[in-house]
Amino acid sequence: MMKKYTYTEKKDTRSGFGAGLQHLGKTNPNVVALCADLIGSLKMDAFKAENPDRFFQVGIAEANMIGLAAGLTIGGKIPFTGTFANFSTGRVYDQIRQSVAYSGKNVKICASHAGLTLGEDGATHQILEDIGLMKMLPHMCVINPCDYNQTKAATIAIADHHGPVYLRFGRPTVPNFTPADQKFEIGKAIMLNEGTDVTIIATGHLVWKAIEAGEQLAEQGISAEIINIHTIKPLDDDAILKSVTKTKCVVTAEEHQMNGGLGDSVAQLLSRRLPTPQEFVAVNDSFGESGTPDQLMTKYGLDTINIIEAVNSVMKRK
Amino acid sequence: MADLAKLQTTCVQVRRDIVRMVHAVSSGHPGGSLGCTEFLVALYQEVMNHNPKNFSMDGIGEDLFFLSNGHISPVFYSVLARSGYFPVDELKTFRKINSRLQGHPTTHDNLPGVRIASGSLGQGMSVAIGAALAKKLNKDNSIVYSLHGDGELQEGQIWEAVLYAAANKVDNFIATIDYNGRQIDGNVEDVLSLGNLKAKFEAFGWEVIETEEGNNMTAVLEGLANAKTFIGKGKPIVNIMKTEMGAGVDFMMGTHKWHGSAPNDEQLQKALDQLVGNEADY
Ligand SMILES: Cc1ncc(C[n+]2csc(CCOP(=O)(O)OP(=O)(O)O)c2C)c(N)n1
Ligand SMILES: [Mg+2]
Repeated sequence: MMKKYTYTEKKDTRSGFGAGLQHLGKTNPNVVALCADLIGSLKMDAFKAENPDRFFQVGIAEANMIGLAAGLTIGGKIPFTGTFANFSTGRVYDQIRQSVAYSGKNVKICASHAGLTLGEDGATHQILEDIGLMKMLPHMCVINPCDYNQTKAATIAIADHHGPVYLRFGRPTVPNFTPADQKFEIGKAIMLNEGTDVTIIATGHLVWKAIEAGEQLAEQGISAEIINIHTIKPLDDDAILKSVTKTKCVVTAEEHQMNGGLGDSVAQLLSRRLPTPQEFVAVNDSFGESGTPDQLMTKYGLDTINIIEAVNSVMKRK
Repeated sequence: MADLAKLQTTCVQVRRDIVRMVHAVSSGHPGGSLGCTEFLVALYQEVMNHNPKNFSMDGIGEDLFFLSNGHISPVFYSVLARSGYFPVDELKTFRKINSRLQGHPTTHDNLPGVRIASGSLGQGMSVAIGAALAKKLNKDNSIVYSLHGDGELQEGQIWEAVLYAAANKVDNFIATIDYNGRQIDGNVEDVLSLGNLKAKFEAFGWEVIETEEGNNMTAVLEGLANAKTFIGKGKPIVNIMKTEMGAGVDFMMGTHKWHGSAPNDEQLQKALDQLVGNEADY
């Protein structure tokens, strides 16, 4: 039997970020925020209105924003930068690498509109490489929460984590099913459903689809263990190894390129510690395009059905 | 001599295309598109020497245009289609799945008329300068044009390009700035002021042309004609062109609100009622 998950509302994860940031504005005087001409899209309006002295509009100048954020940490501030995921990572990679990661600065890089579900703006804005870019940087923590409540909790939690963090979230509304009071522990996987036949490890928007897949698989008599990996780095090795020891096969699911994503991290862990058949639900070496979020998830193979198919093929390889 | 009436009629039709395209998918950027209509119609239907029926990536012997502020793709696509690069009917696929008319222009799907992807701001001037350098190497006397948003000028890469072009006397290049004073979060002046833009370009060693009425076809043509007189004189040329975001649709003007939002059914009708022309909708 699959554990039952319900939700009362669909909400966007970026609004979870906005709510978390607003909360930090009230509770942590060291938190400051920077934005590059996308205040509304990042839902930073409330923080800005309530903390005008701690908010910095930098204009369309992301490289400068990262440098300013690195500087603000010197003197004890905790800067949260906000722009789209593409302009948060690829656009400013060397600035992050040198001034933030290598310099060990306590900057929180908060990135909205990640992945295909940004929709109609198309491939120029749909970064599918950001998890890979960020996780390759030494000591960078990489977090991709799955719904509004989890994104809000993650935003609040990273303020207390000393060190650089990449927080990835998105534009569309998705089922908000995580309990509002669930504590967010960086690096700690969440067991959504215990099962015996296959382990499904999902992150971000694919977590709800993994739950849907689990329900349908249960009807076929397949018992899926479902793990929500909100933190891709540091990866919860123990949770994954424990589960895979039991199920002996694994499917990873993410709104990202197959190269460099969560699946890669899991494969690297398993190949060293517990070689296991694995299938990947991810974008296969392709750019995205314009379309509605649902159309794109279907076209690029990131739907519930793709998870089910991956489960069916990986189980044959046990 | 320019057929002013014809160009103006085309502008009306292009504006109809813009509002209909963004309305159909409830997304896209009408504001900057409407503001740059006269400029793009003038460029493609009067000023540039180009070959719409036989598009080639290299464009040898042709003037080239690069759209750096890629979000105003609606006006770009409409003008390309209405200049003969691809069927006007294809405008109805804008931003839809499997279309060549992506939210931001791309070469990925081989849409005739597009020579570089844009959308991530601040990159197009460098590309345009590169193409201008290639023209010089090829002993091709054609001109390279580019268009940039004023908010876009906040990107540092723009100023690397500005520095480069003057230092290297890239004088076969005319960059135009859509000087509408607005960007996503509000007025450019409030978000991050550009200060004295003319003085900045002059200090970097550019020839500066100012077009005061960027939504007046005669003024736009004069501005471009004036700019062309400085080709080959040892300096890059910038055309600082004042426009009105949302120009042509009264309720879209005077605000930054229509930078990136689409009209609903009622608003579309209101807009179309103000844009009465005698060409055919797609
Ligand atoms: C590098 C980058 N950062 C941010 C954005 C998001 N964005 C798209 S348009 C825009 C505002 C552009 O202002 P401007 O150039 O003045 O164009 P206008 O609003 O006048 O059309 C922003 C911030 C982007 N496309 N690229
Ligand atoms: Mg502008």
